Amino acid sequence: MRQIEIAIVGGGPAGLAAALNASKLGARVILIDRNDYLGGQLIKQTHRFFGSKQQRASERGIDIALELAREVMSNEHIEVLTKATALGYYEDGVLLVEQAGKIIAIKPERVIIATGGAEKTLLFPNNDLPGVYGAGAVQTLVNVYGVKPGQRVLMVGAGNIGVIVSYQLLQAGVEVAAIIEAAPRIGAYWVHAAKVVRAGVPIYTRHTILRAIGEREVKGAVIAQLDENWQPIPGTERELAVDVICLSVGLTPLTELLWQAGCQMTFVPELGGNVPLRNEQLETSVPGIYVAGDVGGIEEASAAMMEGALAGLNAAASLGYTCDTLIDDRQNVLQQLAGLRSGPVGEKIRKGLAQCSL
Amino acid sequence: MLAETGIPTKENLASIMPPDERLAQGPVAIAECFQNIPCDPCYHSCKQGAIQEFQDINDRPQIDFNKCNGCGSCMSRCPGLAIFVVDATYGDNEALVKIPYEFLPIPEVGEIVTAINRAGQPVADAKIIKVQNTKVQDRTAIIWLAVPKEYMMEVRHFKVKEVR
Repeated sequence: MRQIEIAIVGGGPAGLAAALNASKLGARVILIDRNDYLGGQLIKQTHRFFGSKQQRASERGIDIALELAREVMSNEHIEVLTKATALGYYEDGVLLVEQAGKIIAIKPERVIIATGGAEKTLLFPNNDLPGVYGAGAVQTLVNVYGVKPGQRVLMVGAGNIGVIVSYQLLQAGVEVAAIIEAAPRIGAYWVHAAKVVRAGVPIYTRHTILRAIGEREVKGAVIAQLDENWQPIPGTERELAVDVICLSVGLTPLTELLWQAGCQMTFVPELGGNVPLRNEQLETSVPGIYVAGDVGGIEEASAAMMEGALAGLNAAASLGYTCDTLIDDRQNVLQQLAGLRSGPVGEKIRKGLAQCSL
Repeated sequence: MLAETGIPTKENLASIMPPDERLAQGPVAIAECFQNIPCDPCYHSCKQGAIQEFQDINDRPQIDFNKCNGCGSCMSRCPGLAIFVVDATYGDNEALVKIPYEFLPIPEVGEIVTAINRAGQPVADAKIIKVQNTKVQDRTAIIWLAVPKEYMMEVRHFKVKEVR
C-alpha cells in the first residue's frame, strides 16, 4: 500500500494546476493519468486562449500543456504516474490504480478528482458508420497524430469546440462543408464563428442531421431545418457529400469515481449532467475529496486551471501546509474565477453552480 | 444576424468603424469584436494606449482612433483574430488591409491572392505587400494586402490561388 498526502486523478489543466499548487505549499502529491502524456485536452488545442493575462490568455493550449507538464515533471514533490488508470475508490479510502498490468493500491490523505468530461453523442440512423467521429477524436487525429480524418467534413454543433475544431480542420487542409446547429443561435464565441465563416464554412443554425448516408462508410449526410419546436421541416432536407460527420454536441462530467466514493451528486443541465455538490473550497460531501475542472461542471480550460489551483491550495492547506501568501493566493484565484464567469456568456455557468453548492 | 450566421451585420460594423477623417490620416486598427466575452489581451498588447482599459474583463475593446497608429501589435494577440488594420491612404485606387492569418502556405510578397469578404465570398484580386511572421507573433502571421479601395471595408480574408 502506497501512502501519500494528496492523490490527483487526471493530468489535464485542472490536475496539473492542482499538483503544482499543492506542492507549492509543501504537500507530497501523486498525479495519475491514463494517457502516456500530461496535459489532457490542452495538447490538442492549437488555438489561442481567451481570458485575462493572469490566466495566460492569448497563449496556445499546446504551449501551456508543455510548460505545465515540464514544471510538474521536474517537481520533486510530485510523482507522476502516466498510462495509469484509476480503477476505483473504496470505502476504506483506498484508490486502486492500474499501470502496465499491475495494480497499485494508494492510500491518500486527500484526493483531488480532475477527470474532466466525456463527449456526448447524437442519435440518428447510420451513426455507427465508420466516418462518424466525436470532435475530440477528430482533434486527436489531426492535432496529435497528424492524420486527416477524411476529405470533407460535416460538423454537427456550433459551440466553441465544433467551431474551433472546424477551424483546425481547415488549417490541416480538410474541407468543412458546413457547421450545423440545432439551436437558433451560435453557441461559440462569435469571433470564432466569424473566423471560420470568412474562411468559407457556412454555419446553419436551426438545422439538424437526419441521417448518415453510406453502406460501409460515411458517403454523405442529410440535414434539415428545424421549426420553433425543434422538429424537422418537411421539404427542407438537403444532402451533403461528406466522408466525415463530426459530432460536437456537448460534454458531460466524468464522475464515476465520485459516485463510487459516495459523494452527493445532483443533475445540473447547465453543467452538462450529474455533478458533485461542493463547497467554496471545492471539497465534496465526502471530507477530503475535492473536485476541479470539467468533472465539476463543463466549462473551459482557463476555469479548469483556476479550479485546479484552488483545489490544490485547499487540499494542501487542510493538511496543515501554509505560506505567507496563502490567503491572498486563494482570494486572487477566486476573484479571477468570478471575473471569468461574470459576463453574459458565464450566465449558464453561474446558474449551474448555484445549484450544486454545499 | 451575427449570432445566427457568424457574419457581422452592417449595424454591427457601423458601430465600430473609425470615422472617415481618421481613415484619411493613415493606418488604423478596427476591432470586429461584437460580443461581451471574458478576454482582454488586446488592451494589454497596445503600447500606444489606444485600447481603453477594461473595467470588466467582459468589456469589448474601445479603440481611441486618435491614439492608434495602426502598428498591428494587437492583431496577433487577439485569440479571435478579430482585429484588422486598414490604411486608406496606401494609394489612389488601392487600400492596404492587414489580416491575421494562420493557414499554410503563407503567401509571398508580390503574390496575387483572392480577397475574401466576411461571408467567405471572393470579391477581388489582391496583392501581397508584406508578410510579418516574427517569433513574437507566435504563429499568427500578419499579411498586408493591397486591395481595390472600394473593398477595403469588405476584405477580411484571402485564399492563395494555388498551392505551390
